[in-house]
Amino acid sequence: MKTVEDLERIRKQAKVMTKLREGGETTKVVVGMGTCGIAAGARETLSAIMDELARRNIQDVIVTQTGCIGLCEQEPIITVERPGEGKVSYGKVSGERARKIVASHVINGQVVGEWVIPAS
Amino acid sequence: MRELSLHILDIAQNSIEAGADSIEIIITENESSDTLTICILDNGSGIPAEALDNITDPFVTSRKTRRVGLGIPLFKEAARAAGGGLQIRSAVGKGTEIKADFSLSSIDRAPLGNIAETMALLMVCNPEVHFKYEHIRGNTKFMCSTSSLEEILNGIPLGSPGAVSVIRSFIDGGLEDIRVS
Repeated sequence: MKTVEDLERIRKQAKVMTKLREGGETTKVVVGMGTCGIAAGARETLSAIMDELARRNIQDVIVTQTGCIGLCEQEPIITVERPGEGKVSYGKVSGERARKIVASHVINGQVVGEWVIPAS
Repeated sequence: MRELSLHILDIAQNSIEAGADSIEIIITENESSDTLTICILDNGSGIPAEALDNITDPFVTSRKTRRVGLGIPLFKEAARAAGGGLQIRSAVGKGTEIKADFSLSSIDRAPLGNIAETMALLMVCNPEVHFKYEHIRGNTKFMCSTSSLEEILNGIPLGSPGAVSVIRSFIDGGLEDIRVS
């Protein structure tokens, strides 16, 4: 059984992570996890992103989720936002594509042009 | 959806969007009564009574971007196809309980699938939400909650990418232990 102190410590840790998420200084990756995203394979996409970040021991990238943004036919969709740069949204992001986007864009700042969803 | 664990991920996302900071997922497999029950309980904003009546209608959604919502209708259909059904109880300001039951042996029942992956990703990507996952098989039970993870993670912060594989293998191992012989 956990003590109140244990729970308090976990809560504090979660708060630090939340604060990190809200800060604008880190790279953000947002994964579409609405029904359409999940049906199209977003769980595998999210899992691949987390795995690739873990494998490279990257701690300062924030991965969050969002719902349906009305582009269901492009799901799974991920959006990458590096500090001081604009948001870039990618479509039909399989696990394999997600790994390449993490390596190329998230870590090295090179947008993977062929998978970017064109602004309509 | 190919797996029931994907429906669980989808419904839990609804709970998170409803502002829940506590989400319980209880899966019960009972061979003697041939039932599989999935219960998702949250303390989110709840659903108003007038919306509850038609929530399983695909053309009803609280979303503003598009006027159809498929999450709950799809889950209901998966249950119905496997000889079961779906019930929702909700109170505004208190939370929501969604319960789906299936015939365990029905050939039309989707497999539970990678529930360890669903739970690990939910827990790591939402460290501010307290998750509790309980899996009952016959008279054996496996339980894993956000508050019990610290020991398992052994210094790895809950919200960090490296936590996913640790939690996933912990859950897989726990489910292996309660496999009905």
